[in-house]
Amino acid sequence: MSGPLLELQGVHTHIGAYHILHGVDLEVARGELTVLLGRNGAGKTTTLRSIMGLWHVSSGTVRFEGEDIGAFETPEVARRGIAYVPENMGIFADLTVCENLFLAARGAKRAEDMDPGRLELIFGQFPALKRFWQHPAGLLSGGQKQMLAVARAIVEPRKLLLVDEPSKGLAPAIIQNMVGAVRELKRTDTTILLVEQNFNFARQVGDRVAVMDGGRIVHAGTMAALAADEALQQRLLGLSLAAHQ
Amino acid sequence: MSASSPTAPASDALPAVRPDRLPLFLIPVLALVALPLVKSFSTWVTLTFAGLAMGMIIFIIASGLTIVFGLMDVLNFGHGVFITLGAFLATAVLGTMTDWTGRDSLLFNLLAVLAAMLVAVAVTGVVGLAFERVIIRPVYGQPLKQIMITMGGAIVGEELIKVVWGPQAIPLPLPVAFRGSILFGEAAVERYRLIAVVIGLIVFAAMFWVLARTKIGLLIRAGVQDGEMVESLGYRIRRLFVGVFVTGAALAGLGGVLWGLYQQSVIPQMGELVIVLLFIVIIIGGMGSVGGCFIGALLVGLVSNYAGFLAPKVALFSNILLMVIVLLWRPEGLYPVGKR
Repeated sequence: MSGPLLELQGVHTHIGAYHILHGVDLEVARGELTVLLGRNGAGKTTTLRSIMGLWHVSSGTVRFEGEDIGAFETPEVARRGIAYVPENMGIFADLTVCENLFLAARGAKRAEDMDPGRLELIFGQFPALKRFWQHPAGLLSGGQKQMLAVARAIVEPRKLLLVDEPSKGLAPAIIQNMVGAVRELKRTDTTILLVEQNFNFARQVGDRVAVMDGGRIVHAGTMAALAADEALQQRLLGLSLAAHQ
Repeated sequence: MSASSPTAPASDALPAVRPDRLPLFLIPVLALVALPLVKSFSTWVTLTFAGLAMGMIIFIIASGLTIVFGLMDVLNFGHGVFITLGAFLATAVLGTMTDWTGRDSLLFNLLAVLAAMLVAVAVTGVVGLAFERVIIRPVYGQPLKQIMITMGGAIVGEELIKVVWGPQAIPLPLPVAFRGSILFGEAAVERYRLIAVVIGLIVFAAMFWVLARTKIGLLIRAGVQDGEMVESLGYRIRRLFVGVFVTGAALAGLGGVLWGLYQQSVIPQMGELVIVLLFIVIIIGGMGSVGGCFIGALLVGLVSNYAGFLAPKVALFSNILLMVIVLLWRPEGLYPVGKR
């Protein structure tokens, strides 16, 4: 199918009395990693949650593979092949690592039925998950929880991953590990829409970038172009790449 | 499901998992503390069994209430209606099976009670389905309205029961083989209480197995922690909730049969009278925790019986006192559920 995998047109979202998204227009191309950048409160997380159906869009369209999913309930959105890694990681702390992954593998009736190829892919990137397979996920460190959250999103093939701030709160060494994991994911032709505040992280993994401010997309283009233009970074983000390093 | 996998390796790097077993010791500690106070060993055995039997019945009734709260944050003050309905259905079923309940045959008596339980479970399950659709669903996420409307539902339900069975108390005698006691040395343990303990253990084991070993159980446990994430994985949590609500109502109906037989008489207000006790139990256990609910129910059963024997006036508020003590120790209950 031609055209973008995901397309948002004039999306407005209200949360209670608050008008958060003011007509978001965004395209996510197949097989690419698009980074959504912006200051706190710009509407990045709300955009992901609106796509996921966790907050319903007030107006505008959310098209996934050409189908308008804007009014879908969250489980229906997920069943279309969209996986979501929330900012708080959404780990089930009382369940083991194995059980967390097993729940994400909707097609598996038993833990043993999980796709061994996908598990090998996961263990290759996140060996800690193999080591702590039978441990409650609540005991994992912050970085390991983030790995589990990402692993849960890829334990079965998905068409689109929505990842919210995967580098948040992680130590620099762990962030580099995450960069490697995301690059490895890109090699599997997975399409990713990633929200990030860490521009250095975003620059290393992103193909395209969209910058949000005040609930709108104020810039869209290639990551390479933004990374090369310090003045544009200053204007859009209030910081240059150099300040992140 | 089995949690193991062919790819699962041995793990050795994280600190060993140390499950919180301290609350489990409360039950034997309470029993041992009561022993010198009661003074007579045989009386202590009788009281302990009575307490455990009462606790088991309370657990069956309260388990659905705690999961319903844990999964969807729904406080159902109408839960008592299912208990009352179960008990009244038992009077109807057992009333038509007096040939079986009047025989001095454990088998026939058990079959009669089993029939009453099946009818109670089926009918309260269906009523629970309607209750969820008509009363609970319109007020999801609105706690204040939930309290008001479920209380209203309880009142309407109680009045409907009065319409069908009348406002007066109806006797619910124990089947013949359930009457009397079994002697363990000098200690007399009522047969029915022994049966109630066995049924309670079976229900607990079944519930534990479902929650620990099946995908549905995992989904319920995950949903109690983070329902939004469960939906993001593609599962319809509303559907899961309806299933849990219906199961909770059915368990309350089953508990109503046991509670009615325990009291040997049923009144339309019995659910309303016991609902406060149920909330005490699930608060003690930790809202949403089935294991906590089990321990809380046994503690409440034991404290009620010991206090009733040792200091009847204290028994009037002993469970509130127990709750206060537990909450001073663990403000979120014995096994707080880590929610998102």
